Amino acid sequence: MTTYLIKRILMLIPLMVGITLITFSVIHLAPGEPVEMQMAMNPKVGKEARERLRKFYGLDQPLHVQYFTWVGKLARLDLGRSFSSDGRPVTAKIKERLPITISLNVIALLLEFGLAIPIGILAATHRDTWLDKGITVFVFIGFAVPTFWLALLLMYLFGVRLNWLPISGLHTLGSDSYGALHYLWDLAKHLVMPIMVASFGSLAGLSRYMRSSMLNVIGQDYITTARAKGLPERVVIYRHALRNALLPLITLAGFSIPGLIGGSVIFETIFAIPGMGQLFYQGVMSRDYPVVMGILVIGAFLTLIGNLIADISYALADPRIRHGA
Amino acid sequence: MAFKHSYFYAVFWQRIKRNRLALAGGCVVALLFLVSLLAPLIAPYDPNGINAWQVLEPPSVQHWFGTDELGRDVLSRVLYGARISLKVGFVAIGIAVAIGTVVGLVSGFYSGIVDAALMRVVDIMLCFPAFFLILAVITFLEPSIWYIMMVIGLTGWMGVARLVRAETLSIREMDYIMAARCIGCSDSRIILRHILPNVVSPILVSATLGVAGAILTESALSFLGIGVQPPTPSWGNILTSGKDYIEFAWWLSLFPGLAILVTVLAYNLLGEGIRDALDPRLKR
Repeated sequence: MTTYLIKRILMLIPLMVGITLITFSVIHLAPGEPVEMQMAMNPKVGKEARERLRKFYGLDQPLHVQYFTWVGKLARLDLGRSFSSDGRPVTAKIKERLPITISLNVIALLLEFGLAIPIGILAATHRDTWLDKGITVFVFIGFAVPTFWLALLLMYLFGVRLNWLPISGLHTLGSDSYGALHYLWDLAKHLVMPIMVASFGSLAGLSRYMRSSMLNVIGQDYITTARAKGLPERVVIYRHALRNALLPLITLAGFSIPGLIGGSVIFETIFAIPGMGQLFYQGVMSRDYPVVMGILVIGAFLTLIGNLIADISYALADPRIRHGA
Repeated sequence: MAFKHSYFYAVFWQRIKRNRLALAGGCVVALLFLVSLLAPLIAPYDPNGINAWQVLEPPSVQHWFGTDELGRDVLSRVLYGARISLKVGFVAIGIAVAIGTVVGLVSGFYSGIVDAALMRVVDIMLCFPAFFLILAVITFLEPSIWYIMMVIGLTGWMGVARLVRAETLSIREMDYIMAARCIGCSDSRIILRHILPNVVSPILVSATLGVAGAILTESALSFLGIGVQPPTPSWGNILTSGKDYIEFAWWLSLFPGLAILVTVLAYNLLGEGIRDALDPRLKR
């Protein structure tokens, strides 16, 4: 187990280097210089000032020098300063928004799994019945619904028509003066729609996967044995089959992280949630390249960490790996 | 080449004909082609024709899908929007398939250090949330539909590469490849004439499913205002005004979204149908 862990963690290093290389080249191979973007707004900037700014950002250095300076700073969690008018360090900006995005995504992930697992089991145990077919139809529609459209429909239904749920932000104006319970209730109401939208995205795929994983396990010999020795179907499914059918889902949870993080741009923008996705979108729209670059790297690192956690949990759950290697 | 085997074709047709969902998907896709070709003929109004007297009108006999905030006919805009999504779907996936196939073939055929290096690149690319990567690249480019197609393609080839590599690895070990080597075929001839035709079917499946994904991505980008720029109508950017006027005009949100849903559904059903029809394990 320890050797496995060490190997797995060492594997991260080349990936991390690759991530920084790709991020760096995306930004620097794109036509135009970052400084140009900052100055395009202001035609009065003279040639001298331009040179000073280039020097300030180190853009007069050769590319490889720039890369190493950038990585060096990155290692110390220094992502530079935002181009926006407040000019705050990117790290500080990300720090205040990251918890919002992560907690939203974790809740969404839990909800997704909480729904997808029973749906998948139902479909697998009722294979080829109307129930299974109904679930398949739902899955196909789920694959095809654009999340931002779903968000619009929910906003129209629950926000505009029924007026049950607020359609933007995390808090009602003036919620600071609420009591603790009222405050939480207010927050929860604001979170319902964003979380529904965030988790819907991969619910379809996940339940489909759970179904095939379950069918795969049910077809194996040890399940036939369990049935042959007269165990009730409930015990066969939930005690014998389920455990093994769940294993591949751990890996899948790791894979679904980039999708969740990427999707947060959409639902945070629509519901005006001050998270990392919204910050990224604002950065993109105002061409605030330190912010874009910083979030791109952090988003990729989060994926790496998510995959690492998934792999370790898999190793812990699977005795073949736990006792092997 | 695999295409010449009429038996292969016959079995494929027989199977796909029995799959009613896949057929329906295929018909919708064909219909979309027609609609985008004939958009100028069948659209009842000019998609960019502004009419200040008929702003935000609900669906009626004159305007089946209602009108938008500038009085433009939503039905006509949705019909024209089919052109964009078709174009984006095919060009973006064309690029992704081209890159993915080359990387996969080279990686699978040569293995060793080339393979290791290419697959690490794939791993790294997969770490980036795809939507982030696309947005980041587009930040620094002028908004244009061609850039969008390129960027969706350049960030979406990894799946194809893995698939083609896996197929190539198994085909490479076959006896007929050994035979081709023995009679002195060059590497490029083996790859192009003996391996490529045999990986066409899995590529076809993943391309069909990929088109659906590309259409979703384009509509999300256009919705966020980074994709197709107004006044050119795309399903995504019609939905942007749907969001702005959500309190008064549900039809602006409903119809373009349904168009995306139906299109993506159709490509997915067709793709899955082709997959099942090509799968030798599913012989029934």
